[in-house]
Amino acid sequence: MPTRVLVAKPGLDGHDRGAKLVARALRDAGFEVIYLGIRQRPDAIAAIAVQEDVDVVGLSILSGAHVALTRKTHDALVEAGAGDIPMVVGGTIPQADVPKLQAAGAVAVYPTGTPLADLVEDLKRLVSTGQADAL
Amino acid sequence: MDAEIRSESGLPLAESYGPADLPPPEDLPAPGQFPFTRGNFPTGYRGRLWTFRQYSGFGTAEESNQRYKYLLEQGGTGLSVALDLPTQCGFDSDHPDVEEEVGRVGVAIDTLADFEILFDEIPLDQISTSMTINGTAAILLAFYVAAGEKQGVDRAKLRGTIQNDILKEYVSRGTWIWPPRPSLRLIADTIEFCATDVPRFNAISVAGAHFRDAGANAAQEMAFTLMDGVTYCDEVVSRGRMTIDEFAPQVSFFFYTHGDFFEEIAKYRAGRRRWARIVKERYGAKNDKSCMFRVGCVAGGASLYAPQAHNNIVRVAYEAMASVLGGVQSMFTAAWDEPFALPTEESTTLALRTQQVLAYETGVARVADPLGGSYYVEALTDAMEAKVIEIMTDLENRGGMVEAVEQGYLHSLIADEAFRVQQALDSGDRAVVGLNKFATGEPPPEVEGFELDEGGRRRQLERLAEVKRTRSAADVTATLGALEKAAATDDENLMPLLVDCAKAYCTVGEMVDVLKSQWGEFQQPVVF
Repeated sequence: MPTRVLVAKPGLDGHDRGAKLVARALRDAGFEVIYLGIRQRPDAIAAIAVQEDVDVVGLSILSGAHVALTRKTHDALVEAGAGDIPMVVGGTIPQADVPKLQAAGAVAVYPTGTPLADLVEDLKRLVSTGQADAL
Repeated sequence: MDAEIRSESGLPLAESYGPADLPPPEDLPAPGQFPFTRGNFPTGYRGRLWTFRQYSGFGTAEESNQRYKYLLEQGGTGLSVALDLPTQCGFDSDHPDVEEEVGRVGVAIDTLADFEILFDEIPLDQISTSMTINGTAAILLAFYVAAGEKQGVDRAKLRGTIQNDILKEYVSRGTWIWPPRPSLRLIADTIEFCATDVPRFNAISVAGAHFRDAGANAAQEMAFTLMDGVTYCDEVVSRGRMTIDEFAPQVSFFFYTHGDFFEEIAKYRAGRRRWARIVKERYGAKNDKSCMFRVGCVAGGASLYAPQAHNNIVRVAYEAMASVLGGVQSMFTAAWDEPFALPTEESTTLALRTQQVLAYETGVARVADPLGGSYYVEALTDAMEAKVIEIMTDLENRGGMVEAVEQGYLHSLIADEAFRVQQALDSGDRAVVGLNKFATGEPPPEVEGFELDEGGRRRQLERLAEVKRTRSAADVTATLGALEKAAATDDENLMPLLVDCAKAYCTVGEMVDVLKSQWGEFQQPVVF
């Protein structure tokens, strides 16, 4: 069974270049990608994560609202009984916010500029060992 | 033989160029003459320098108002208003889904009361205001007209620009609300309304910049943008109420300038010539002013990188020079720290200084179209125009822009190009100093994340509640009811009704929801 990854952009920010690049790189690497697009509500992301039985949830946020939206999505996953699905976050994220994202429920953070190959390898590691390198 | 050398848009490049590469003379008249390849004005920047227009706006109306008054005291003559995402997407600040976005990337506007504060003590008959607003552009224009009236300023004296370009929102920027067809109707309403009632206001700024930042190359950026321009003009002309010459002078354009120096210059020259010919040939314009391609640009965006971030200062300077050699009318230079932070006052000042050095020290503004007649630049301009025509023809053959948006075709073209570029960056085929060449692995400078001022959001919610408490419920019901009725058919221009709603202190969200009830919502094609 291929690894199933959900990629979505919560909040109102429409910058989806990075999310689409990641979705395509993961698909090319053999992942099964469920791409939801922009302006997704956290509760909708959680519901689809459960329904599609995904192995990883990936969020992309470039508006600066990453901490609040990560927390909301994590809460929604817990609410939906899927708090065990690892969640990773990418976007315009200052280094100083990485611990805040970790506290909000992210297991790995990939700031803008992360090479796609590194991200793919890290997600493979996350799925197989439960541990990612990037944080 | 070496592999073929190409520009970033894929245009093949010869080793060198010569007299045989120059276009026929009718393609290259003097600056200021149709088809304006060499610029809109005979005197170039001697007559009028380009406008330095830096984008800013934050928090609440009070804070932004203070900032604007400061900028005007420093000698500024124009304002550029950034709106927050709830305002751009049509949600009021008290909507439960948007609390973390209120006042974040721009100022929060819910009702006319916010506009009255935003422009308090700012004479709207004397300054021009540019608003980066699309989905809700018609509503914000209504607020602006109503705010002017409250100051005693006739709408005919108002000056400024609304971006008002929804097609690129569906593809690359994301602040869409309604589906394309009713949205086009509303845009045509604003264009007509500006032509008749607000003649000094630019009704639309057709923006390719966001295609570019989403991954399109320079040729695609120009072609998609001109196709959008055609789509809007078709919509207005097809109604039969107005000729092209009555509204085209109020149409402007907006692009990104990235790093391929000569290709960017060729892009602006080719775009000017193509648009001039489209307006004359497709719509039969009689006035040369209608054919002019008035363009603003941003130097920076996706061409900037976080590693060795100070290199961005150099990139922006070259891009700014390419923009000027291409003949733009206004420019925003991005700050070097933009890829990883909200720019600081120091970095934004340096960005502005970059334009000032270019304008006052380098001498590039002394002569109109200084590169005119260069074998290479003229050949590249021709090649760029040919490529733009090819892309536009493909889109026309597929049923036009609305079709390309609804089917996700445009999304896939842009995603393909973005992926191709990312692969070239990852493999090193496209060199970026500090990223994949001469990389040093040094981490970007430490910056603090931007913390939203919770007090600002609370004040905004209190004001909205106060407005809802004190306004006339009867007026709200009556004006929203009239809007709903008129939106059900295409017969009536909605702008006067939106102005009525604004004066009755209806909220952005209320107006948007009434139109949603008639028009539905856009369903995004999910393509990657």
